[in-house]
Amino acid sequence: MRALPVGDAALLIEVSSGDEARTLHAELVRRRAEGSLSVREIVPAARTVLLDGLADPARLAAELTASEIPPARPRARAVIELPVRYDGPDLADVAAQWGVSPEEVARIHAGTEFTVAFCGFAPGFGYLTGLPARYDVPRRATPRTAVPAGSVALAGPYTGVYPRSSPGGWQLIGTTDAVLWDHARVPAALLSPGTRVRFVGAA
Amino acid sequence: MTDRALSVVRSGALTTVQDLGRPGHAHLGVPRSGALDGPAAALANRLVGNRPEAAVLETTLNGCAVRPRSTVDVAVTGAPCQVSVDGRPAAWSAPVRVPAGALLTVGTAVSGLRSYVAVSGGITVEPVLGSRSTDLLSGLGPAPLTDGAVLPLGTPNSLHTRVDTAPQPAPPAELVLRVTLGPRDDWFTPEAVRAFTSRTFQVSSASNRIGLRTEGPALERRLTGELPSEGMVLGAVQVPPDGRPVVFLADHPTTGGYPVIGVVRETDLPAAAQAVPGTPVRFLEIRRRWMN
Repeated sequence: MRALPVGDAALLIEVSSGDEARTLHAELVRRRAEGSLSVREIVPAARTVLLDGLADPARLAAELTASEIPPARPRARAVIELPVRYDGPDLADVAAQWGVSPEEVARIHAGTEFTVAFCGFAPGFGYLTGLPARYDVPRRATPRTAVPAGSVALAGPYTGVYPRSSPGGWQLIGTTDAVLWDHARVPAALLSPGTRVRFVGAA
Repeated sequence: MTDRALSVVRSGALTTVQDLGRPGHAHLGVPRSGALDGPAAALANRLVGNRPEAAVLETTLNGCAVRPRSTVDVAVTGAPCQVSVDGRPAAWSAPVRVPAGALLTVGTAVSGLRSYVAVSGGITVEPVLGSRSTDLLSGLGPAPLTDGAVLPLGTPNSLHTRVDTAPQPAPPAELVLRVTLGPRDDWFTPEAVRAFTSRTFQVSSASNRIGLRTEGPALERRLTGELPSEGMVLGAVQVPPDGRPVVFLADHPTTGGYPVIGVVRETDLPAAAQAVPGTPVRFLEIRRRWMN
């Protein structure tokens, strides 16, 4: 684990895997909840967790790099089920890259339990991990100028769902009617870091 | 129906509602947002007796014109510009009484870029995640102003202390941004890091509330691989593949995949909000307040 200083009040904690980032994120959220960590933002990402708004970054850096981060306790958090129709325009391309039929893509994707590793790109957009590495796909060479809201997509090791229409370069394999983001709802984001997700195929 | 409202007569190039922003939601992909020139917005609020968290209008370049439905006090700060009420010149950076139905015109910035218009009682559009700020990146908060829009106003806060006038810094002829290196300065060649902190860049016309884009020497990378997406702070200087540094401002994305060569000190960012395209920019390397 490395603590990289970011400006005057932030630390970027770098770890060696996505799993470690998730464990570290869970531990930092726990410390904040119990009151032993005072921080404005805790932003998990692929291999890092950013802590922003720290009063004493140096002390926290020393403390974190000297300590063992306990494995996250299994949470009794329910799995969020997202109904999905596997009807995306890139489904056939993804099937070809995986070397399987489009139906098999749907079966593999719906048979996977995902976890939200981190969010970003747009409010409510989660980077979901869970697919084995052999199913990694590249981004499209030319991004689409408008990806419809509810598009279920793949890129690299991640699955994501577009909360609203936006430009995007991910491979679109399906569509969900689930509302990913509603600022009038509490919580506004259906998915947040650590949320477990399962896609349920709909006819 | 209350008559405490503001009709938008001329929305201008880009006028948005801004307050202190919505920090604390970066992990959900929600930018902080908020007034780019925070001190100017705070001063405008003080001049009309508003609380610091009251929402104001942020205009860009060519101002706006609004008509209050009830008599209000207004103050215009930030980029200096001509202020008028029903065509009669009024004070800039001082409280101005605008009678019900009169037209308040905020003119084109004489220097600088963004003017702030505080109205007594504040703009009270529906908050989103605790803030009324327009966020241009993610579309949260009210849409940018359009001609004919009507904005609700709150009740003036008569107990709040107010000031009558206050000095403001002039918009910068040259922008000097103090920067601490890292967290990814090691992704660049030593020559690129030296160029970053010694050469002069210019503010690009492609700048916006998301980032201050620059033109100048392209910063060459030492590591050419892909950087996995990671969290970004306000003031982060990200360098995309074209090598031109971008200083992240209030509507910046919360994570990004290009290396951050340094971070601009937050107190220097209000000046960045007022720097017009072509303004020379220098990144002045400073040591962190803490160093181990």
